[in-house]
Amino acid sequence: MTLSEVELRRGAIGVSEPRADAAEKLRGQAQFAGDLLAPRMLHGKVLRSPVAHARIVSIDTAAAEAVPLVACVLTGADLDDINPYWGHSIKDRPVLALGKVRFPGEPVAAVAAETEEAAEAALRAIRVEYEELPVAGSLEEALAPGAPLVHEGPQEPGLFHGLGQLPERDGNVCYRYRIERGEVEATFAHAEHVVEGEYVFPGTYQYALETHTVLAEVRDGEITVWASCQHPFLVRAELAALFELPLASVRVIVPYLGGGFGSKSYTKMEPVTVALARKARRPVRVQNRVDESMATTRRHGMRCRMRSAMNAEGRLLGRQVECWFDTGAYADNGPRVTATGGDAAPGPYRWEAFRVVADCVYTNTAPSGSYRAFGATHLQWIGEQQVDELARLAGLDPLDVRRQNLCLPGEEIRQGGKPLDADLVGDVEKAAAKIGWGEPKPANVGRGVSVGLLAAGAHPVSTAVVKLEADANVVVLVGTTEVGQGARTVFAQIVAEEIGVRPDQVTVRGADTRFTPYDRSTGASRSTTLAGLAVQRAAASVRAELEEIAAGDPIEPDSITSLMARRFGLAGGELIGHGEVAPAGTGSYAEGPVFWEVCVGAAEVELDPDTGIVRVRKTATVADVGKAINPLLVERQDEGGTLQGLGNALFEEIVFDGGHIANDTLLEYRVPSLVDVPDEMTCIVVENEDGPGPYGAKGCGEGSLAATTAAIVTALADAGVPMNELPLTPERVWRRIQELKEVGTWQR
Amino acid sequence: MEISFTLNGASRRTTIAPNRLLLDFLREDEGLTGAKRSCEVQVCGACTVLLDSLPVSSCCTLAADADGRHLLTIEGLAELPEFARLEEAFTSHAAVQCGFCTPALLLTVHSLLAAGGLHDEAELRRNLAGNICRCTGYKSILEAVSELAGTFA
Repeated sequence: MTLSEVELRRGAIGVSEPRADAAEKLRGQAQFAGDLLAPRMLHGKVLRSPVAHARIVSIDTAAAEAVPLVACVLTGADLDDINPYWGHSIKDRPVLALGKVRFPGEPVAAVAAETEEAAEAALRAIRVEYEELPVAGSLEEALAPGAPLVHEGPQEPGLFHGLGQLPERDGNVCYRYRIERGEVEATFAHAEHVVEGEYVFPGTYQYALETHTVLAEVRDGEITVWASCQHPFLVRAELAALFELPLASVRVIVPYLGGGFGSKSYTKMEPVTVALARKARRPVRVQNRVDESMATTRRHGMRCRMRSAMNAEGRLLGRQVECWFDTGAYADNGPRVTATGGDAAPGPYRWEAFRVVADCVYTNTAPSGSYRAFGATHLQWIGEQQVDELARLAGLDPLDVRRQNLCLPGEEIRQGGKPLDADLVGDVEKAAAKIGWGEPKPANVGRGVSVGLLAAGAHPVSTAVVKLEADANVVVLVGTTEVGQGARTVFAQIVAEEIGVRPDQVTVRGADTRFTPYDRSTGASRSTTLAGLAVQRAAASVRAELEEIAAGDPIEPDSITSLMARRFGLAGGELIGHGEVAPAGTGSYAEGPVFWEVCVGAAEVELDPDTGIVRVRKTATVADVGKAINPLLVERQDEGGTLQGLGNALFEEIVFDGGHIANDTLLEYRVPSLVDVPDEMTCIVVENEDGPGPYGAKGCGEGSLAATTAAIVTALADAGVPMNELPLTPERVWRRIQELKEVGTWQR
Repeated sequence: MEISFTLNGASRRTTIAPNRLLLDFLREDEGLTGAKRSCEVQVCGACTVLLDSLPVSSCCTLAADADGRHLLTIEGLAELPEFARLEEAFTSHAAVQCGFCTPALLLTVHSLLAAGGLHDEAELRRNLAGNICRCTGYKSILEAVSELAGTFA
């Protein structure tokens, strides 16, 4: 008997149940943070710095306070009763600028008023005098000798640093991640083929359609916030630390999220909104515009120098990587992005030796943080392009080189960390077959594959409570944020499977930290795997109790009410189950990850050499999910990641000018629309039941992004144009073709 | 200024400021929050409502321009008999994820279906390119709308 037959006795798993939230969302009834109102609510607006780096000489708020309908104006001076610094990895960020500003768009003051118009009028009336300082507006400027320092003084680790000892800052480098295996120089000495290059990855914008929105109230020594946040329990902890309150005195409630993709991870606009509500003594709502959300968080731009070596038989020998992540003026999640990028840099190959040094660098630009598949998206397109270049030099099929060199299940990926838990060779063969690998190619068409891993799962702590009501309906209390991924639907299926009810008898609601048990976060593809495991355990404990009551009688959806009456009589009652996931060791990053998320894909592109236009004809991605609890939702997640990967590859790019974002509207920052969808876009679901989650499941939805960006790059190289800089805009590709023509290596 | 119009089928007469945006009027004055604010520059389409059966970006339309016209929001569309098949198609193809763009998208689809603007896939892709969805990758939307338009491959 297989695992599936034993475990899956009630048929709720592996079924594409319709989304539980579909009707509410389709009918426009689903509530997002910006749809909520509180009695006597004020509108908050934030005054943002017009300069990249400057000393604040003075702030005059008198005229702003005199604007009709203004309740209060907040500046850094209002925060002298608390330590106003926050930041989950490095506590480097004041609620409002203190003494100086470090990036264009940094919050300097804030206003709460009866109307948005009054708040905006008050912002215009605030007079700030700046004394400008030299600007480190890019990685080059921040890393140059004698560069202006974005931060001075000692570094203080944040509450969720999680990456071991925080080193001293080195100039503008706030964090350095190193991994090493063997003697890397020696492998280059006896290599047959060596490739090397310098590469540039741009900053990109997550663009969750719902911008960051927070409604906050401070009353009777308690803080309540309704926030568009992915990590309510971490926001609670940061607010409690900042405003010096017990955890239980901070309540974070999360309605539906209008997309996140990492942009709403950790703490963002909550501290300034709470500070404003605290001063106003009334509820205040702050809702970012798009340009403000872009200046709140983005994907790190990165520069990288990489070289790789192969022997005459096609064996990959060694790889050396140096990379620099532009984390902006505040660290946000930069250290973890940098570490994850470092882990992704070697690629999942059986190297004799490698050395990776990844630096997280402060610049005078808006902060960078999490964006779906961070780290892997930064490095995979580079490493995989080098594998292909080596294959071409050796006259080998790139797919064969991967068959020969990819790690097998159980092999070490990173010393001391989790061994490989996926069949990568099988995965890449499936993706390649889907786009017609090996079949004849029309002119100017290229095909590429890409393979990578993403350290997924974050810190493994989740809890859940499952309550079986007397009417046989079930309520699940779990902290996962419904951000579009379908977690509530999947959890309902898990509960239905475990207890033996129908999924439509199960209600899952969002986080309210006053009532919902602790869950570390929604991100890193962890919800089905970790929160789902907690839900499964909680539901299994209810089932065990139910079986005790039944004493051998059948338990059916329709007989549960009578069993409940047998225990509680006619007055009703509840069976309550508790489920917990906690780390086996310390849960540190070094011991992890919880699982390696597979980033495998393939693409076929068509190049117009006269214009440099690249069109993606086909993509195939592999959702190596262990067990697909809801197969259709898996595919849908993967497709979303695929199109974001296409955008990151082809045209998404934040353009900076002296630290300022030059394209901070959707008119100038283009995201994919329906016309950009490839002719064929396929997600292949692989179920080897090799994940740590319920029924052997592991997370998905991020890998396809990194895989697609990289596969488009390797496909374009196959069409004759290797690229060292993203995105692959027509101009950039056309210029590269002219360069290749000049040096005589243009093949077409 | 005073304007008259129909809102989701009901006649209305109200006084508004001449510079009041239609989106703010709907969300704040009428409590109809199905239309969403996002890009504010007529790219994302999340604020789409139908004015005389045609999609408009309510973030860049004056409420005053609704004078003498028929206004349909998702709250009204959801009450129409035609809504059932939209709901069925989008649900069965899982063409909704976070749901922030979805009401606006359904209004655009409803308008195009009524106007016959979805004859083939190329037309469908072009005519729906004004509604950005960042979650789905659009494949599910293509499937659902193709099915509704009878052009499903």
